Amino acid sequence: MAYKIVASQCTGCSACEPECPNQAIYEKNGVFFIKPEKCTECIGYFDEAQCVAACPVDKTCIIDTSYPRYQAA
Amino acid sequence: MDSAVEGVAIPSRLRPLNGIKVEVAGQPEASGCGSTGGSGKSSCGSSDGQDDMPAEIWEKVKNHPCYSEEAHHHYARMHVAVAPACNIQCNYCNRKYDCSNESRPGVVSQKLTPDQAVKKVLAVASEIPQMTVLGIAGPGDALANPAKTFETFRRLQEEAPDIKLCLSTNGLALPDYVDEIAKYNVDHVTITINMVDPAVGEKIYPWIFYDHRRIYGREAAQILTDRQMLGLEMLTARGILTKINSVLIPGINDEHLYEVNRAVKARGAFLHNIMPLISEPEHGTVFGLTGQRGPTAQELKDVQDACMGGANLMRHCRQCRADAVGLLGEDRSDEFTLDQIEQMDVVYDIEKRRAYQEKVEAERQAQHAAKQGALGEQSADDGMKVLVAVATTGGGKVNQHFGHADEFQIYEVTASSTTFIGHRRVDLYCQGGFGEDEQLPSIVNAINDCHAVLVSKIGACPRDELKAAGIEPVEEFAHEFIEKAALTWFANYRERVAKGEIVHISRGDAAIRQGAFKAA
Repeated sequence: MAYKIVASQCTGCSACEPECPNQAIYEKNGVFFIKPEKCTECIGYFDEAQCVAACPVDKTCIIDTSYPRYQAA
Repeated sequence: MDSAVEGVAIPSRLRPLNGIKVEVAGQPEASGCGSTGGSGKSSCGSSDGQDDMPAEIWEKVKNHPCYSEEAHHHYARMHVAVAPACNIQCNYCNRKYDCSNESRPGVVSQKLTPDQAVKKVLAVASEIPQMTVLGIAGPGDALANPAKTFETFRRLQEEAPDIKLCLSTNGLALPDYVDEIAKYNVDHVTITINMVDPAVGEKIYPWIFYDHRRIYGREAAQILTDRQMLGLEMLTARGILTKINSVLIPGINDEHLYEVNRAVKARGAFLHNIMPLISEPEHGTVFGLTGQRGPTAQELKDVQDACMGGANLMRHCRQCRADAVGLLGEDRSDEFTLDQIEQMDVVYDIEKRRAYQEKVEAERQAQHAAKQGALGEQSADDGMKVLVAVATTGGGKVNQHFGHADEFQIYEVTASSTTFIGHRRVDLYCQGGFGEDEQLPSIVNAINDCHAVLVSKIGACPRDELKAAGIEPVEEFAHEFIEKAALTWFANYRERVAKGEIVHISRGDAAIRQGAFKAA
């Protein structure tokens, strides 16, 4: 799995972007997105997903269940 | 700690709570401009002028509208919204909101990149030569966006070296960036400190994001207060002037702010700005939704008065938006949108700016002289004091039509002094040339504690209604300096009372209009 950002919830504040250990977050038209292929759910880096912890709006950075759970190498 | 500071009586409910240790770092009162005069009057501070503060601090703040009450009549500031991210959550803030009528601090209409911000600053500085100060105040936290904040400062230092730089922060990241702040000659920093006790803090801050973790409750508030105090001490040690902003939240930190005042003074803070909570259900903030109310004008003044004698108080704050442009109390940001800046032919002419500012300085000296002159004519002070509302567009003069005022400046007047105590926002009475009679009661509410309102002109209808409400509308001082006008009016008022023509009665409380300033 990977995290995704609910675009309608995103305020575009950019708090998540520099926190991502994988540089998976990018901005487009004022809101932010996560590249699922780069997201490791912060496994191996931090105890909690950094985008979730930094985001000021609840339920904006959420798990995208359409991707398989990330496996650390 | 002595609560009866310099003869100023502190109401018992505002005395320090027991059991809260206020540590004094380094040499107390040696830094900043801590000491007070013998009369209970602060030795420096926004309401005072150059006679009341150390020369080196006066030099730094005299043209800074957010730090000097006197300067705010004459000099303008702007904020650039390059810092959208924040690292804490406050119960009075909701980041997911900016409609066309939005006017709280912490929201902006347009985020800027550092490159766009520099362009905007140069354009504004060319159009508004009295713009002397550039601040980064969010809409998030300046230091939660260090790359964007410092890139903006670096470029401005090169391209507009005469503009003073300042920033505003919640303090959580402050200790990490003090050296960088010093490097870019940022000589003014504002820290928002609402508490020095985590038991109070946990009611204001649900969480912080710190050291790659989201931390909740009292632990979060403890880390925040520790970092704020450390950051403040580090700034003081480097000679950077620090102003503290506190949001007055009735029932949560109203009694506690006295301690905050003493704690920040002990660490060298130069100025303390106590602001009313802005709270409405439609803002969608925690406090808005739980029905937490803001203070009345009298409650705000009580806390401010109780803190006198400590860190100097600022009372002219307009709680501007993080993208405001212009004199405090006006917002010209609509004239400087990104599209408009692109069209402008910007020539940054330092000499032209300097010449203009010299003219401003001359006017300011004239205002000072007028006040001194009027004071010389006054009779002995018998302790009678009243509040007076003033309609002004700046320059320190009574120069605005009642119907055009979207705020009134409030002065406390005695026979021998005038003290600026704040401003009251109102909804415009005149719209499209016609008076809106339904607006009048809200204006009366906002200045209900005043005995008079000084204006350049006023229509017959509002004049009669103000009189009926017991507020005297006064036109005769149109285009005169405010302090002189207020003193002269009050001398005349006292004469009429003495002759028995009118009876002096005290006035009630007034309401604080919700919402930060945004020009209509």
